[in-house]
Amino acid sequence: MSKIDLNAVNAEYFDVLQEIGNIGAGNAATALAHMLNIRVDMSVPQVKLLEFSEVGSILGGEEQILAGVYLSVNGDITGSMMFLLKKESARKLVSLLMKTEETDDELNEIEKSALQEIGNIITASYLNSLSTLTNMTISPSVPSLSIDMAGAILSVPAIEFGFMSDKLLLIQTEFSDGLDGFFILIPDMESYDKILGAIGL
Amino acid sequence: MSEILKVGMADLKVCKSPDGLTTLGLGSCVGVAIRDPITKIGGLAHVMLPDSTKIKSNSNRYKFADTGIQDLVDTLVSMGASKSRMQAKIAGGAQMFTLETRPNTVRVGDMNVAASKAKLKELGIPILAEDTGLNYGRTVIFYPETGVMTVRSVGKEDKIL
Repeated sequence: MSKIDLNAVNAEYFDVLQEIGNIGAGNAATALAHMLNIRVDMSVPQVKLLEFSEVGSILGGEEQILAGVYLSVNGDITGSMMFLLKKESARKLVSLLMKTEETDDELNEIEKSALQEIGNIITASYLNSLSTLTNMTISPSVPSLSIDMAGAILSVPAIEFGFMSDKLLLIQTEFSDGLDGFFILIPDMESYDKILGAIGL
Repeated sequence: MSEILKVGMADLKVCKSPDGLTTLGLGSCVGVAIRDPITKIGGLAHVMLPDSTKIKSNSNRYKFADTGIQDLVDTLVSMGASKSRMQAKIAGGAQMFTLETRPNTVRVGDMNVAASKAKLKELGIPILAEDTGLNYGRTVIFYPETGVMTVRSVGKEDKIL
């Protein structure tokens, strides 16, 4: 029987998850700064435990267009992870990476693959710090990218959480001005216990 | 004045004409709309997972195709709709990501569609139209008055079912 019940997360668990989010997002911000050769300031991440009915509205409404990068996690822990950006933030990052003018056009295939690479690096650095923190082997898969309505993209992690609870755990971080990024880490049930156990809870 | 009620994820709502129902940004979830064309009472469920019997965390009945659709039909009947006249339209069940290493999550859209159809068949409710599968999100607007279901997606023309 698993120790964690997301329907009743206590303050101690919350602090640990906040700290994991903090270190993970910090590492990701550093990787982003290196890749783009810009200064990236990061806000303190906020951990949010949301009801399914609130999920869509948190990122600007269910119909807000988001870019979502989704990958699976294997190794000592298993599960999946998602990194989300609003479409404008995604455009901005792509133009910074490719050194092109920012436009309102739809992303072309090359820009999409650039965005996928950004997602790859950000999620890998996030997971790296989790691996260091817990002393566990964590290897990410090749990510998959989708640009669509927030509700549709978030249905995927919501369903993952839906197997075990009626809530979803989201870590929100702001990178620099107006560059909002969101992480959703979805360990499988047994892996939750492993993570918390490795940290000493 | 008619109203449009919003149905969230893992939720369901019912209404009477001239009111309508909407659910925004369906991904792998399925929107199941049912109406009785005579009383013009209708409802919309936003189901996330196929089968409540396969999952421990199943207290929220609206989350699942089997229990959610059952509750939707029961609620419509309690409002005065006739089960024998009910007709359904469904949308959603997309595969938003291609990730071979996560087959259960990736295929859940198809499973939700199959489970919704199976439940409707069990209840003897015909499916008049569907817009399911593929790889994009859908917003659904449903009016029990006409039974018209409009499906809106990013970068695509609206579909009228």
